[in-house]
Amino acid sequence: MPALPLDDAGPYVAAAYLVFLALILIYVVIMASRLARLQREIAELAALAERRGGDRAAAEDPEREAVPR
Amino acid sequence: MLLGRGLKTLSIASVALIVGAFALVFFYAPNEADQGFVQKIFYLHVPLAIVALIGFIAGGVYGIRHLRSGDKLDDLRSYVAIHLSLILGLGALITGSIWARAAWGQWWVWDEPTLVSFLIVFLLYACYQPLRFSIEDPERQARYAAVFAVIAGAFVPLNFMAVRLAESFVHPRVLGTTGGSMPGSMRATFLVSLAAMACLGVTLWKYELASKQATFQLRALRRLLEGDDDAFVPVRRSAAPQL
Repeated sequence: MPALPLDDAGPYVAAAYLVFLALILIYVVIMASRLARLQREIAELAALAERRGGDRAAAEDPEREAVPR
Repeated sequence: MLLGRGLKTLSIASVALIVGAFALVFFYAPNEADQGFVQKIFYLHVPLAIVALIGFIAGGVYGIRHLRSGDKLDDLRSYVAIHLSLILGLGALITGSIWARAAWGQWWVWDEPTLVSFLIVFLLYACYQPLRFSIEDPERQARYAAVFAVIAGAFVPLNFMAVRLAESFVHPRVLGTTGGSMPGSMRATFLVSLAAMACLGVTLWKYELASKQATFQLRALRRLLEGDDDAFVPVRRSAAPQL
C-alpha cells in the first residue's frame, strides 16, 4: 500500500476530523434546542405557580385590594 | 438521584483530553512509514469504534440490571448508552470509509470481515429504537428492550472474537497480541485519543441522562401544579423510556 503524498492525503484526514466535529456539533445543537424547550417549560410553570399564589392569597383575604406592580 | 452530577468536571476533562489528543496526533506522532499522513485517521476512527462497542456492551449490562431490579433508571441508562453508541458507531463507519478510500481506493470492501461485522452490529442496534417505538406499554417496552440489549450486547464480543479468528484480512491489525509494532509515540497518542473518546462518551451519556431526567421531573411538576396529579395524562408515544 503506497503512502499517499501529503497533498492527496490531507483532504481525507481533514474530512474525517470534520465528520467527527460535525457529529459533535449536531449533537450539541439538538441538546441546546432541548435545553431551550426546558427553559420555556420552566417559565410557563413559574407563571402558573405565580398565578396560583395570587389566587390563594386572594381566597385567604378577600378584603385585600390588589396592588398594581 | 441527580444523574448530572460531576458533569462539569467531565466536560472540562473531555475538552482538555480531545484538544491534547488532537495536538499529539498532528504535532507529536510521526507519519506512518507505509500509509503516510492518512494514517492520522486511525487515532479518530479506532477510538470511536472501541467506545461505540463498549457502549453497546454497557447497554446490555444496564439491560441485565433493569431485568433484575425493574428500575426504570437502568432502562434509561441502557437506552442512552445504545443511542449514543449508534452516533459514535456512525462516526466510526464514516471515518473508516474515508480512510478506506484513501488507503485502498474504495469506500467499502464487502469481503473484509472487520468492516462487514461492524456494519452488522451497527444495523442490529439500528433496530433497537424501532423496536422500542413499536411497543406502546412502557413496562413491556422497557422489558423487551432490555432483553434485546442483553442479547445484542453478548453478540458484540462474540462478533469481535470471530473476526479476530478469521484468517484473511485486508484491514490492518494494529492492536494484536503481538504488540502491533506501534512505536511508543504512536502508542501514547493512540491511548490519549482513546481516553479522550471514552471521556467524551461518558460525558455525553451523563449529559443526555441529566437532560431526560430534567424533562421527566418537569413533567411531574407540571402535573402537580396543574392539580391533576392522579389524573390520566396521555404521554406522546416515544421510543425513549418514560420515568
